[in-house]
Amino acid sequence: MHLETKLVQTGVGRDENTGAINFPVYFATAYRHPGMGQSTGFDYTRTANPTRAILEEAIATAESGDSGFACASGMAAIHTVMGLFSQGDHVLVSLDLYGGTYRLFEQVLTRYGLAFTYVDLRDASAVRTAIRSQTRAIFVETPTNPLMQITDIRLIAQIAKEHGLLTIVDNTFMTPYCQRPLELGADIVLHSGTKYLGGHNDVLAGLIVSKGAELSEKLKFLHNTIGAVLGPQDSWLLIRGLKTLALRMERHQANAWAVAQRLKDHAAVAEVFYPGLQDHTGYLTQLEQASGFSGMVSFRVRSAEQVPVILQNLQVISFAESLGGVESLCTYPATQTHADIPQEIRAYVGVCDRLLRLSVGIEHPDDLIEDLTQALDASLVAGGTVR
Amino acid sequence: MNFATKVLHGTSCFDPVTGASSVPIYQASTFHQADLECPGRYDYARSGNPTRQALEEAIAVLEGGVRGFAFASGMAAISSVFMLFSSGDHVIVAEDVYGGTFRFLTKVLSRMGIGVTFVDATRVEQVTAAITPATKGIYLETPSNPTLKVTDLAAVCRMAKQHELLVIVDNTFLTPYYQRPLELGADVVIHSATKFIGGHSDVVAGLAVTKDAALGDQLYMIQNGMGAILGAQDSWLVMRGLKTLKARLDVGTRSADHIAHWLAEHPAVSRVYYTGLHSHEGHHVQERQASGHGAVLSFDVGSRERAKAIFDQVKLPIVAVSLGAVETILSYPVAMSHASMPVEEREKRGITDGLIRLSAGLEDTEDLVQDLAQALDSLPPFEHKINEKKTFSRA
Repeated sequence: MHLETKLVQTGVGRDENTGAINFPVYFATAYRHPGMGQSTGFDYTRTANPTRAILEEAIATAESGDSGFACASGMAAIHTVMGLFSQGDHVLVSLDLYGGTYRLFEQVLTRYGLAFTYVDLRDASAVRTAIRSQTRAIFVETPTNPLMQITDIRLIAQIAKEHGLLTIVDNTFMTPYCQRPLELGADIVLHSGTKYLGGHNDVLAGLIVSKGAELSEKLKFLHNTIGAVLGPQDSWLLIRGLKTLALRMERHQANAWAVAQRLKDHAAVAEVFYPGLQDHTGYLTQLEQASGFSGMVSFRVRSAEQVPVILQNLQVISFAESLGGVESLCTYPATQTHADIPQEIRAYVGVCDRLLRLSVGIEHPDDLIEDLTQALDASLVAGGTVR
Repeated sequence: MNFATKVLHGTSCFDPVTGASSVPIYQASTFHQADLECPGRYDYARSGNPTRQALEEAIAVLEGGVRGFAFASGMAAISSVFMLFSSGDHVIVAEDVYGGTFRFLTKVLSRMGIGVTFVDATRVEQVTAAITPATKGIYLETPSNPTLKVTDLAAVCRMAKQHELLVIVDNTFLTPYYQRPLELGADVVIHSATKFIGGHSDVVAGLAVTKDAALGDQLYMIQNGMGAILGAQDSWLVMRGLKTLKARLDVGTRSADHIAHWLAEHPAVSRVYYTGLHSHEGHHVQERQASGHGAVLSFDVGSRERAKAIFDQVKLPIVAVSLGAVETILSYPVAMSHASMPVEEREKRGITDGLIRLSAGLEDTEDLVQDLAQALDSLPPFEHKINEKKTFSRA
């Protein structure tokens, strides 16, 4: 069965009582036991909830994994996975990275004796050099947020295997519709389900998918013990989002490609980052490991003075923090998503104050291009100084 | 303002834009920013959601704290609050904490280099004796789960202040209606709001309240950084439950009190744990620090076989994990809430094979008694009925 079909069929036929096409939202926290020592398979909702179970099964299937776990947010999913490690353990992490992940690692988890080294994962020899005896895992974002750098997942997973490390991939930008890291050798896939999987800017959620019985068992324990689980209503909203994932991704991608082309041609723009552009450094790797390019486009304008003018003039595109929804959003990483990364590190990585990130929605592409064009034009007139 | 009024009007509980009598469910993950220079009050729903915030403000007011936090579950609240500590720190924990808390402390937190010592917190001198130079906090549950041991909160907090330790109290069993630990000197209060606060067995949630703003800032960083937040729909359900908290607890407590006294006289029951019984060791401390005894009681029928007979024969209560609902819930701690605790630890705490926990709901008290009576009457009477006072008396 094709992924499109599986996604649409999520939960269908599973409510045996009524035949409801859409699986019901189970708000129950507790489940009546038929008797002492007997269980229906559901005891307490933190441990397992029927609605959440449908979602967890769907994402596990879509990612070609063995077990799925739904969490309260993308950060809750990452935090739950990091519970696999103990004091003294070390993890290699993508140098360009979502600011919230960086904050969790540096401001919370280092206090528990975990150590992190940030490496450009496109450079295999740098990765090998950074591995220590305490290293337990490689944490990959590809494409990276916000610079869209592409990491060769197969190569990293192979290096990880050689050293007995886990490969963990944040697949938020691509979704299983475009990229399935577990098929490329990764052990764990993570999602901020808030983004493309939910797809409507209306629910916060995180997902984990694991491969292998032992690893899945460990994650199940942590998921239940730490308790950062997803509520039933939010699980249901995510299931609803999954049903249209394929349609939305096609449109996001087509629009993103059109927008990226337009940005490249505009005088106010210095650089465009979109892995679907043939001159993108990761274009070939992306073709190799993914079946699409998704809808995220970043670009650098020529001077920081242009940024407020652009954000103020955008009409259709909202200036907001997040991505992956049907509505187009524009984010300013330096003060929003990546504000918690120290300025000197941001500058070194390339997340400078001239960088803007677009999550291209499913509006008509002409309207998006028109909106961007007028805002960029205004920035040339007002913000002025083109270097 | 009295509690019954505060629970309804303690915070601005209507929508400022429309005047709607119930806060709307903001099912939004992100918020448009009008001006780059002046960020709006909300930017991303993990960092702040108006529905969740209404709940967070309400619980802060009810507990008498300055800042509230809503989490994905009681365990998410507990695991997040423990992140206030760092590797190398040591925490003293009441020995009969909820099994899930015990599991988190011994299986997850221990790997992060945080030392934990379990003590009988009902004895302040034992808590004091456990302090080491690395000790940073004390974690309490009172009354404890499931044997309802009572810790003198003011006494422990006084001692903790002298040693500059943070006191964290799980207030799930009593709720701010009956007990407000921050007023007794604690620094952080935690709830599994799945229980009495939500009250309808329909939402899993956790809450935390801090007494001062600086601690609130620290916990906010952790809540936002780790992201174990409560969703908007669930936040709304908890607020809906909160409105009837007092009315529900009044009824549940009255039933629990009646049932406890009745069970204490029943020949098939060897022991009853309820702080409302004068024979309960913690009765007087409880009377001093709380305004009620709550709706949870436990009783021992002597053996696994006898307990099974009860579970097989009761008709009204839900046999399930959890407590604090409108429906009466009967649980078997050995196999449910405390299954994650090793046998020897369990037995040390009096969590025997014959122990049954009852969370009184809103059914008619006489119907509940009759149902329990028909189940208990089938058991042969106990030869050695244990008087709580004898076995539990302080040395």
